[in-house]
Amino acid sequence: MIPASFAYARPTTVDEALQAIAAGGDDVKIMAGGQSLIPVMRLRLAAPETVVDLTKVAELRGVREDGDSLVIGAMTTHTDILRDPLIAQYGKLIAEATETVADPAVRHRGTFGGALAHADPAGDLPAVALALDAEFVIAGPGGARRSVPASAFFVDYLTTALDEGELLLEVRVPKLGEGWGVRYEKFNRVAQAWSIVAVAAAVRMEGGRIAEARIGLTNMGSTPLRATATEQALVGADVSLETVTAAAAQAAEGTEPSSDLNAQADYRQHLARVLTGRAVRAATGL
Amino acid sequence: MTQINVRVDGASYSDDVEPRTLLVHYLREQLGKVGTVVGCDTSNCGACTVHLDGESVKSCTVLAVQADGSEVTTIEGIAEGGELHPMQKAFHEKHGLQCGYCTPGMIMASIDLLKNNPNPSEHEIREGIEGNLCRCTGYVNIVRAVQQAAGKMSSTAGAQA
Ligand SMILES: Cc1cc2nc3c(=O)[nH]c(=O)nc-3n(C[C@H](O)[C@H](O)[C@H](O)COP(=O)(O)OP(=O)(O)OC[C@H]3O[C@@H](n4cnc5c(N)ncnc54)[C@H](O)[C@@H]3O)c2cc1C
Ligand code: FES
Ligand code: FES
Repeated sequence: MIPASFAYARPTTVDEALQAIAAGGDDVKIMAGGQSLIPVMRLRLAAPETVVDLTKVAELRGVREDGDSLVIGAMTTHTDILRDPLIAQYGKLIAEATETVADPAVRHRGTFGGALAHADPAGDLPAVALALDAEFVIAGPGGARRSVPASAFFVDYLTTALDEGELLLEVRVPKLGEGWGVRYEKFNRVAQAWSIVAVAAAVRMEGGRIAEARIGLTNMGSTPLRATATEQALVGADVSLETVTAAAAQAAEGTEPSSDLNAQADYRQHLARVLTGRAVRAATGL
Repeated sequence: MTQINVRVDGASYSDDVEPRTLLVHYLREQLGKVGTVVGCDTSNCGACTVHLDGESVKSCTVLAVQADGSEVTTIEGIAEGGELHPMQKAFHEKHGLQCGYCTPGMIMASIDLLKNNPNPSEHEIREGIEGNLCRCTGYVNIVRAVQQAAGKMSSTAGAQA
């Protein structure tokens, strides 16, 4: 099928984009890479009145440094991420997760910001953003900026803190350099498939002990989650198989994953525990 | 209607399209480039893969208006002077197809893969074409074809250097 008719705007700056969104009527859709939006429009699950296409807004694309943070423009494509030297140095967890997204052709167009704004529970980047305590920089209709922490950005299934008329501009994440080990462990069954469950782990080690642990869970609920009990069990512990195994056993605590064609809830909880163990072992070099 | 200017397989076109027209439908129905095919409704199969400004895309998941000002290469534009592209030759010689429906997309995805990684391992080939589904071959001969093309293309590149 082809999409229903819509009016099309192709702004070249953020200001123009905000104006086009404000002028677009009651049902405006922002288009980033279109890799989730176009399929949904083809199936007529969405039939917006106006589409505002961001692909020409150059200021939204690219990765830069700002002190201890990396700032990733919303329109940075998955392929850009995989080729970016700053990401290679300080954003390896993002790169590992991005590598598992879809296939090369989809990664050429799909974007970092689009994947986060889409907020699919099975999407790979939301759990990474949550584990990193990312900050989402958002522009409102008049151009006013606000910043939302990842813990408040993911609200529900396919729902974020973005209000109507708002545009996600960029995402700030801490640089993870010396001392950090990371791993994204994804479980799926076939090529180019979404996660049945996945675990994003970042661990900082200091003198044989775990000083910080950040664990994000993909597809263990309607939003990404932190494995808080596991994180708490890891911090201060020595880096050993016993402590990591015991901590990973708590990874599914407090989760209520869905049951669907891919997996039952209890199987998802099992996967969360197993994948957390693998991810933390890899991140700590065990 | 929106006017677009695009180069497709080396020729320039200026056309009016509806914003909702998918690039694959523009190529097939307005330009008659029926070598690029549609195999699904869900952006999964990759049969529609073309190159947009040198990178593989699923042309069913790009709007024709988004190709404005760009260069598109389809399966119909890769042979030169009546000579098949080395990737086309390799698919032919290694029997990398049965019904042939996935082949245009497989070839365009494989050319993109070799551009980024001229000497891929078998595993890297399988990952590189993971967005392209074949219902017939079981992929073994497709992987062999890409391996043969990689050998040929890097040895010609070496000879030219
Ligand atoms: C075959 C296939 C397989 C896939 N497999 C995976 C996978 O394994 N893992 C995975 O994580 N993803 C997967 N994806 C999705 C892919 O990651 C998409 O790139 C992503 O979900 C959406 O990014 P996009 O840039 O294409 O956004 P779009 O499709 O353009 O937009 C998605 C949504 O976000 C909104 N939006 C986009 N940008 C902004 C912005 N700046 N401000 C406000 N709202 C915005 C749009 O309005 C829309 O609602 C797959 C997609 C396909 C087609
Ligand atoms: S037709 Fe199937 S991916 Fe485009
Ligand atoms: S040869 Fe028939 S689908 Fe690939």
